[in-house]
Order: sequence, then structure tokens, then C-alpha cells
Amino acid sequence: MSHAFIELDRVRLRYREGDDLALEQTTMSIREGEFVAVVGPSGCGKSSLMKLVTGLMPPTEGNVIVAGQEVTDPISIVGMAFQASTLLPWRTTLDNIMLPLEIVQPHRSRLRKHKAEYIEKARTLLAEVGLSGCEDKFPWELSGGMQQRANLCRALIHEPRLLMLDEPFGALDAFTREELWDALQSLWMEHKFTVILVTHDLREAAYLADTIYVMSKRPGRILVRRENELARPRTQDTSFTPPFVDLVHELRDEIRSVRAS
Amino acid sequence: MSTEPAVRQPPAPSGPMPPAARRKKTMGRRLAEHDATKKAAPWVATIGLFVVWEMICRGFSVPEYILPTPSASFVAVWQYRDAIWLHAAQTLYTTVAGFIIAVVFGVLLGALVGSSKTIYDALNPMLIGFNSVPKVAVVPILVMWFGIGTVPAILTAFLISFFPIVVNVATGLATLEPELRDVLRSLGATRMDILVKVGFPRAQPFFFASLKIAITLAFVGSVLSETVASNKGIGYLMMSASSKFNMPLVFAGLMVIAVMGIVMYEIFNRIEMRATKWATRG
Repeated sequence: MSHAFIELDRVRLRYREGDDLALEQTTMSIREGEFVAVVGPSGCGKSSLMKLVTGLMPPTEGNVIVAGQEVTDPISIVGMAFQASTLLPWRTTLDNIMLPLEIVQPHRSRLRKHKAEYIEKARTLLAEVGLSGCEDKFPWELSGGMQQRANLCRALIHEPRLLMLDEPFGALDAFTREELWDALQSLWMEHKFTVILVTHDLREAAYLADTIYVMSKRPGRILVRRENELARPRTQDTSFTPPFVDLVHELRDEIRSVRAS
Repeated sequence: MSTEPAVRQPPAPSGPMPPAARRKKTMGRRLAEHDATKKAAPWVATIGLFVVWEMICRGFSVPEYILPTPSASFVAVWQYRDAIWLHAAQTLYTTVAGFIIAVVFGVLLGALVGSSKTIYDALNPMLIGFNSVPKVAVVPILVMWFGIGTVPAILTAFLISFFPIVVNVATGLATLEPELRDVLRSLGATRMDILVKVGFPRAQPFFFASLKIAITLAFVGSVLSETVASNKGIGYLMMSASSKFNMPLVFAGLMVIAVMGIVMYEIFNRIEMRATKWATRG
């Protein structure tokens, strides 16, 4: 497994000295361009996993290696999106999406000279998720689903090699959520970044991921690694086919046994 | 929103007005009436207060050296207009000077306190303790250091008004969403980046709200210092008038302070509404 893009080797995480472990003996290996979903009961340390991989928090034991380098500080090849869209209400949608470019290098130093080029890029990205015409609207003028689309754009504008999503569609209604699955899938198929999606929606995991990890209750541990071979692009129709339904059932049984234990 | 070519209302149909539109029109008129009432209300209430006050004074024949009628107070404003003008200018000067120092100091300290939990914990008891000290007790110290007059008035205005600014700026900075902080940190943002890009804009509504409180408190501070230790300013004017039993002039002074306070408050209210439109989503 030396070609892995992300490698977690027997990682343990404890938030504070004396606290219980948040993660135990976690070993994962993720290829570049792979779409990974992590599912598990709430409070299982899924979010801790995000903090580890992005370097926001160092592991208590074990190693985290991303793109061939051990992670010790926050890594800038990552884009993140959370359930709360956290768009800045004083900025227009376009300016919100440009925010990472004002921070991350090398764009930060190039931004002023190449402004037009970057704005064009942001507009293209917005168009890809169906938000053309919303560039100059403020976030609170957008619906919840549109805000999350913009949030995805903000996470992707600096072309990160890794996209970390922490229940990004958790607060949306079912129809909007499924639309956004399609939006995310086509972005991923177009740009070929690596994704780690943390979710508790099993259908979401089955719809989007190549590989699904099931985690145990706290302290979090990886119990099952399940490949998902369903053909791409997956559509709403795919989600009614027997293999899809079987997969969701299988995952549900896993989760149920975790919760019961 | 010039980039939004899409949805326009269809042109209004000719002929008799459909009921929906008619209803809309009457509602519009009612709204306009409501608007006019809203605008008139503060004037009606203020004038009402003066009328009641005048009637009580006349009805119970309250002597002028206890409570002068508002009309007598207005006469005093006119009669002593030169002196009032001079002293009001002095009070406005010390108040605004103290207020400006408070804004600069308050923002700096608020940024410091709001961006670090440790500094917050360290300074919090001191700030609360300092704020609890009645500022009238500080004036004698200031007089010992700087003599009577302008300087202690400015400093008292500053001391009394910086606290709400510190608290509000610190609160605005400290309530940054943790998710947003994570997003920015993972991009490699420094503390300064987070403060400039997100912290300060986010703290703006808190900051402007505190300015309205601070400016009225600054008047309290400057007038307080003038009554104790000055020979200039509205505070001094009122003290000297009361020692001569010139109650109409005392009340004239009160009214002038009140008017200055209202005007300054309104100025900052307008600035607030303009600067933080996004926060009120009007």
C-alpha cells in the first residue's frame, strides 16, 4: 500500500490528557482520487478523523501521512465544508467563494494581478453547481441548498487535492439533499479530487462513495471497510436497484449491531 | 442587483384594477399612514411631556425654585444663549474627545481580549472591577494629576465610555463559529488573517451598537467631571446656576445636554444602520 494518498497507521487520539480516547487503533489507506465515506453512530469520532487528516489536531499515537508527508500542521491542500455553510453574510456569493484565494498560497500573492482570471474561475465553478446569476447575491438571499452549493464551491476554489466534508447535507430537506449528491458527484467526476465524506446517512454513503468505512461507538474504531462497485455516474434510478438497496441494508445491519453492542 | 435580468413582474393589465392589486393599494396607503404615525410619535410624546409638566407646575403653583415650568426653561435657554453656547461647545468638545480616545482604546483592548482566551481570563476581573468603581470617585484623582478643567473632563468621559466598546468588540470576535475557524486554519490562515478577514467584519454590528451606548455615557462622564472640577462646560454652568437659585437655567442646561445626547445617538444610529446593513437584512 505504498501508493496511498492518505495513510493512517494505528492512530489513537485523545483530546486532553485524562480524557477518554476519541479514536482507537484507526488504520486507513486511501488512494488519490478515491471517494471515501465514513459512517457510524453519532459521537463516534467521525469529526475527530477530519481534524486528524487535516492536521488541525495531532494524533496522540500513530502516524497520519497525507501526500507522502507526515501531517503535523494544518495542510493547505485541503478544502473543507461543514453542515453549517458558514458563508460570510457581509460578502456576496462571489466574494465568499474567493475567500480561500485571499489566504492560500500561491493564489494569495497572485490574486491582485490576476483578479479577472480568478473571478472567471469562480464564476465557472458556480455555474457548474447551477448557481449562475447568484454571484452578486448575499448568502441570506440564497436557499439552504444554494448556500451549500456555494459552500462546496468555496471548498474547491483553490483546487485542493483533498475535500473533507462533515455532514454537509445534514440540514437539508430530502429532495435538495439528493440534488446536491448529483452536484457533488459531477464535480468529483470532473475534477478528480479525493473526498472524505463524514455522514450518518447510509443512502448518501452508498450513493456517493467508492469505499465505505463503518465506525464503532466511542472510542471510534473502524469496524468494516466495504467497497462499493456500483457504476458511475449513479443516478436517482440507481438508488432503487437491488444492489444499491442491498448495500444500504447491509450497512444498516452493521450500524445496528454497533449501536446494540 | 443589476446582474439579475430574470424575473420581472409582467406589465400591469389595463382596464379595471384586479381585486388583488386594489387590496395592495389600500394596504400601501395604510402602510404610509402607519409610517407617518411612526414619524410623528416621538414628537407627540415629547411635546406631551412638556405640556403635562407645564400643567402640573401651573395647576399646583409649584414655585420656580423647586421646579420651573418648561416654558420658563426655554426662556432661560434663549436669555442665556451666549453663555450656554460657550459651555455647550466645551462639553461637546470634552465628550467627543473622550469618546474618540475610548473608541481607539476600546477597539485595541477588545481585539486583544476577544482573540485570546488567556488574555480574556487574565483581564476580565480587572475590567469588571474597574467598571464598578463610580467614576465620580476618580475625578479627584484626575484633578490632583491634571488640575481642574478640560483634561479631567475628557478623561472621565473616556473612562466611563470605553468599557461597553471593549466588551462588545471582544464578544463579536470571540463568538466566531468554530467550523469557520477550522476552514480558515486549514487553509493556512494566520491569526491576523482570521482577525482581518472575518473577526473584524463580524464584530462590526457589536461595535456600532456599543458606540451608541458609549457616546451617551461619555456625556455622563464629562458633565460629571465639570460639575465637580471645572469652570467651563454645561456641568459647571448648572452648578453655578443652582448656587444662585436660578432653576430655569439649571433645567435649560439639562435640556441642552439631552438634545446633544439625542443628536449624537442618532448620528451613530444612522452610521450603524449604514455600515451593518447585512446584519439587519433590511
